[in-house]
Amino acid sequence: MTLRTEPVTVNIGPQHPSTHGVFRLRVTFDGEVIQEVEPVFGYLHRGSEKLAEERTYSQVITLTDRLDYVASMTNNQAYVLALEKLCHVQPAERGLYLRVIAAELQRIASHLVATGFLLQDLGAFGTPLMYCFRERERILDMFEMLCGARITHSYLRIGGVFQDAPEEFWPALRIFLHDMPPYIDEYEQLLAENEILVARTKGVGLLSQEMAIASSTSGPVLRASGVPWDLRKADPYEVYDRFDFDIPVGTAGDSYDRFIVRIQEMRQSLRIVQQAVDQLPGGTSVGKVPVRAKVPFFIRPPVGDAYAHVEAPKGELGFYLVSDGSIAPYRCKIRSPSFINLTPLKEMLIGWKLADLVVILGSIDINMGEVDR
Amino acid sequence: MTVALSAQEVGERLEKDLPGAGASWQMDQLQVRPEAVREVCRWLKVESGLELDYLVAITAVDFVDHFEVVYHLASIGRNHSLVLKTKVFGRETPAVPSVVEVWQGADLQEREVWDLMGVRFEGHPNLKRILTWEEFPGHPLRKDFQGA
Repeated sequence: MTLRTEPVTVNIGPQHPSTHGVFRLRVTFDGEVIQEVEPVFGYLHRGSEKLAEERTYSQVITLTDRLDYVASMTNNQAYVLALEKLCHVQPAERGLYLRVIAAELQRIASHLVATGFLLQDLGAFGTPLMYCFRERERILDMFEMLCGARITHSYLRIGGVFQDAPEEFWPALRIFLHDMPPYIDEYEQLLAENEILVARTKGVGLLSQEMAIASSTSGPVLRASGVPWDLRKADPYEVYDRFDFDIPVGTAGDSYDRFIVRIQEMRQSLRIVQQAVDQLPGGTSVGKVPVRAKVPFFIRPPVGDAYAHVEAPKGELGFYLVSDGSIAPYRCKIRSPSFINLTPLKEMLIGWKLADLVVILGSIDINMGEVDR
Repeated sequence: MTVALSAQEVGERLEKDLPGAGASWQMDQLQVRPEAVREVCRWLKVESGLELDYLVAITAVDFVDHFEVVYHLASIGRNHSLVLKTKVFGRETPAVPSVVEVWQGADLQEREVWDLMGVRFEGHPNLKRILTWEEFPGHPLRKDFQGA
């Protein structure tokens, strides 16, 4: 006698600890194997783009904090760059360096969150996450010194940054740069060669190079599939062309590569921060060199449009601003990497088992604030 | 550095190959007729020297008398970019052809534009609302949308 099985449709999320926020997946299983996936978005949709149309250009900066809320600095950066492009403002040199330092520290913090939660999803409950949060905590402390906030920074302004880094920031950064490389080695030794992690991630959730490009993925997801596309190198913004760093790429495009690319990127970020500190105009003295170009209080950009993008921790974050000459943007479109990185989700999930689903989703590293906007 | 392609050069080549596209240009921005969008995109993707294989973003802007659908394109191999725009008139059923078959990355983005701006993408395999729910009244990013 043969046993007849029927496909079962299961809801995963929106309240599920492994969906990294309020993400919902309707998954059809044949036994344990995924047959069909339908992602359901919008549980965290706040209408950021519409809200931006009713605020002045400088007020929109606070909205961008709330997109990818574990990487607010780079959100600020993308918006401010688009605005500067629209208004043809040349930012203050020292401000640009402070932005780079903040953005690269933010990248490390975001990758630490991604790594910690991936391990959490794999069932390594607590320990790796606490290791990662130990270092992230120090980055947040430094951000607190810079701007008084730990999560929603709003540190960047058109023409530079909100204020110069205070005196206590520099020793804290120096100690961090000294302590961090051995910590990254520790993750690699503890995790990258861990038998369980390798068994659960190697060859799981494959994304081919062609598929990664065709479906517009960006960031570590694209690079893990073997495409050396990093906007800091491909289209250097601010002062990134003055630093020497490498772009880590994967070969297989599996969950393991996405994980390892993030670990390696943290090392490159440290290199960039070190170089930025060495080249910083005005050095570590406080308040001697301006950190912000002079701009009018109400910014009225000329009629037109501008698109600017940055390499955010999760991929290409872009802002497309349309101005009608008034004090508020006519249209503010957010090209969010988390959202577009979910395009090939179906291809990555179908054929894998339920237990692999959380691993694959964790390796893409999404943030619902940015997916739903 | 990503080089912005000259829309004039691309437009002149496009006119030769696809005279029906109604190409016009301004700096790095190429304008075409909405009906021709899919053919133009396919041409931009495979034409040698252009090879715009990466769809960066699709968006739409409501200019009240018309909608402007904007495609930001890039080539990863050649590291250059182009902005493609098309004007769609009419507020009842504005529509442009879908480009999902050219770049799969258009899938979620076209659904988003349909949901928030109400521009239909003809030929999209699954054009459902994405950030709001199916019963949601209106399209929130339109200028005449009355919020709660």
